[in-house]
Amino acid sequence: MIPFSSYLYTMGNFDLQILVIFIYFLQSLGRITMAVAVDVSRFESITMAPPDPILGVSEAFRADTHEMKLNLGVGAYRTEELRPYVLSVVKKAENLMLERGEFKEYLPIEGLAAFNKATAELLLGADNPIIKQQRIATVQGLSGTGSLRLAAALIERYFPGAKVLISSPTWGNHKNIFNDARVPWSEYRYYDPKTVGLDFDGMISDIKAAPEGSFILLHGCAHNPTGIDPTPEQWEVIADVIQEKNHIPFFDVAYQGFASGSLDADASSVRLFAARGMELLVAQSYSKNLGLYAERIGAINVVCSSADAAARVKSQLKRIARPMYSNPPIHGARIVANVVGDPALFNEWKEEMELMAGRIKSVRQKLYDSICAKDKSEKDWSYILKQIGMFSFTGLNRAQSDNMTDKWHVYMTKDGRISLAGLSAAKCEYLADAIIDSFYNVS
Amino acid sequence: MQPGSCSPADRRLSALARHLQGSSAAMDHRTTLSASPTSGFDAAGSVFGHLARAPEDPILGVTVAYNKDRSPVKLNLGVGAYRTEEGKPLVLNVVRRAEHTLVNDSSRVKEYLPIVGLADFNKLSAKLIFGADSPAIQENRVTTVQCLSGTGSLRVGAEFLAKHYHQRTIYIPMPTWGNHPKVFTLAGLSVKTYHYYDPATRGLNFQGLLEDLGSAPSGAIVLLHACAHNPTGVDPTLGQWAQIRQLMRSKGLLPFFDSAYQGFASGNLDEDAQSVRIFVADGGECLVAQSYAKNMGLYGERVGALSIVCKTADVASRVESQLKLVIRPMYSNPPIHGASIVATILKDRNMFHDWTIELKAMADRIISMRQQLFDALSSRGTPGDWSHIIKQIGMFTFTGLNSEQVAFMTKEYHIYMTSDGRISMAGLSSRTVPHLADAIHAAVTRAV
Repeated sequence: MIPFSSYLYTMGNFDLQILVIFIYFLQSLGRITMAVAVDVSRFESITMAPPDPILGVSEAFRADTHEMKLNLGVGAYRTEELRPYVLSVVKKAENLMLERGEFKEYLPIEGLAAFNKATAELLLGADNPIIKQQRIATVQGLSGTGSLRLAAALIERYFPGAKVLISSPTWGNHKNIFNDARVPWSEYRYYDPKTVGLDFDGMISDIKAAPEGSFILLHGCAHNPTGIDPTPEQWEVIADVIQEKNHIPFFDVAYQGFASGSLDADASSVRLFAARGMELLVAQSYSKNLGLYAERIGAINVVCSSADAAARVKSQLKRIARPMYSNPPIHGARIVANVVGDPALFNEWKEEMELMAGRIKSVRQKLYDSICAKDKSEKDWSYILKQIGMFSFTGLNRAQSDNMTDKWHVYMTKDGRISLAGLSAAKCEYLADAIIDSFYNVS
Repeated sequence: MQPGSCSPADRRLSALARHLQGSSAAMDHRTTLSASPTSGFDAAGSVFGHLARAPEDPILGVTVAYNKDRSPVKLNLGVGAYRTEEGKPLVLNVVRRAEHTLVNDSSRVKEYLPIVGLADFNKLSAKLIFGADSPAIQENRVTTVQCLSGTGSLRVGAEFLAKHYHQRTIYIPMPTWGNHPKVFTLAGLSVKTYHYYDPATRGLNFQGLLEDLGSAPSGAIVLLHACAHNPTGVDPTLGQWAQIRQLMRSKGLLPFFDSAYQGFASGNLDEDAQSVRIFVADGGECLVAQSYAKNMGLYGERVGALSIVCKTADVASRVESQLKLVIRPMYSNPPIHGASIVATILKDRNMFHDWTIELKAMADRIISMRQQLFDALSSRGTPGDWSHIIKQIGMFTFTGLNSEQVAFMTKEYHIYMTSDGRISMAGLSSRTVPHLADAIHAAVTRAV
């Protein structure tokens, strides 16, 4: 007996219309209830997913027509004129690539060799013994997200039951990545709303309390969303605890060079751990520091205690990438390899990076100065200056953040995070007014 | 090994045991026996000590082996990447033109694409596969999301189905592209097979196919190669497609098309989309994974799209919102470069036309290689019926050679191909056909 609904699939449109009319007629007679619905989708029960909290901010911003609107949502760098910025070295590299007329063959599963070499050297330093000893497995990934996802899949497969500890708060997509990869996670204390600073004791205590052999997700620099980084001394203590508990450090490095302006300074946390002989995972992204957002270029690195282990880890990472997307995209990888591989371009990149980081530091200062000038109370806003990187945790709560948007047309995420990369010097006063109003007049 | 314990040593032992059960990979004995009660990380050991070395991917590994070979007569018939008559990779002229336009456009930026990718690209891709006048498109019943070539589109589609579809079994043809079962399994689907290739005729086992699909549980997902079946090159006729459609709709089976060769198989874009279009024409639902790797030669740029044709526009929009939740934790949003090239070409009438010419030229060269190989084997009097070489379609030929014969051809003639006997016709040229014919002849006639 063929189910009624499947019979419908074999009917032509005309037959269908007649049938539908007939059924409506019968229904109106009350004689039959449609136990089998006409033409019901197999996906009928799927609900509408909520918009992505971070990317959804830009969509809302675009829809707003107010003249003073300000997009401090997504972490994408803007110039003082609030325009997107394609680095000059990137344009030069692309032109070189175009002139050379390179092929578009598949990359190996692990990505472009020249890129992998360059990215590992950028991370650890070109003369790092770990590289000479071939103890680092590097696989090109789809920017930070894709690299984190490869690592998460590796953890799920080879460390079943192991937990990843993520900071509270952390980038909103981290938990989605581990959830979809089926890796259990829990949080360690990080942000202290009372000081708008680091809850260091809470952090250390939670890392200590985690089951031995947990993966500890650390932001290499420019913590997202808070902008609050441990000091060098605090990093040493964090490393001590991780070693004590046989945990595995798992760095998310999305802002190397972009935070302080110096590639080496921003890699110091990772290098500190590596220098201790620790094994670690590091996900890298070139979205911000080379402005290659949409090209999706990054890498997952695994520093191992032996070259043999590194080779085996790399082979297993490939096994994870192949059924996900086969091999990674070439364009962004070639841009990075060209920029890093050419001394003149590399130097020019460093200069552009200093300019970007410099602009952010300067609006950070200007925002702070504007707030202090306008706020007659004794409130200490200096945490804004102590934070680093693209983002600032304003200390505003959800209702206050909503006020920023609803009343002032300032678009930000609900956790109080603003992207300084989207702030111009010209708009600092306006933003200061908005922050002060939201902080004092909304609870 | 205690079930409740979670020390790193015990975890490694459990992982190891599971790995030993499933894997045929060579184990490194030095490091796999390292678990001791006090072991965590120390200078001699590694927390990754229990990981075995994975074998090379069987398809991509062919190129790895080929690259290592120093013979001047070596021939790479492994990966399905087009080669010119001179044996070189090809970047289409129209692609170069599009790239020039893009790179020289100073107004272009590199901001994140939306999670679903480049809007123009998505619309144009849907039109390409479904036809510009497709009612499904006009009724907004199609959601199309940019993904990482064919593999990425299949994976996103499969993850979506594993999460939201009531039937988690997918039927794949025997044989199929080597990566298919892994993509679906890792996405959370369970994989079954249906008869497809008939080794006796080197053609389609149509009866077997109908029987297997006929006995599949209602609602099961069925993977269909839209054209140019990989690895066999054997496609159903249009009449057979009509029967397949009828059977599948009567059983409520959900079609999931893999369209990696549109335009590349026959040389005609519309012809190669017929199988997909007859399914869409009946108003039913289906998934389609598209790749531009071969037909636009954009292999390494990773350009593709997943389309889901739904019953209503409302369902399509809800489905799209859920696709975003699959993509965001995988790679956030797709790469811009390749999709921009495709959109530039598809939306410009002249460039589109020029593309179709270059596409036909590639398809024609492959068809001519088929004829040449067939003729070369005929003229050598190689035993057996080799007509399947000219009957099969697309980039690949399922030669019918077994793995011993393949190994022989690799060792003695430096011919690199996958062990299932699949050769990529795209890797052949008039110059190299004789060498391949000699190798096949030797493999078939040698004393076993």
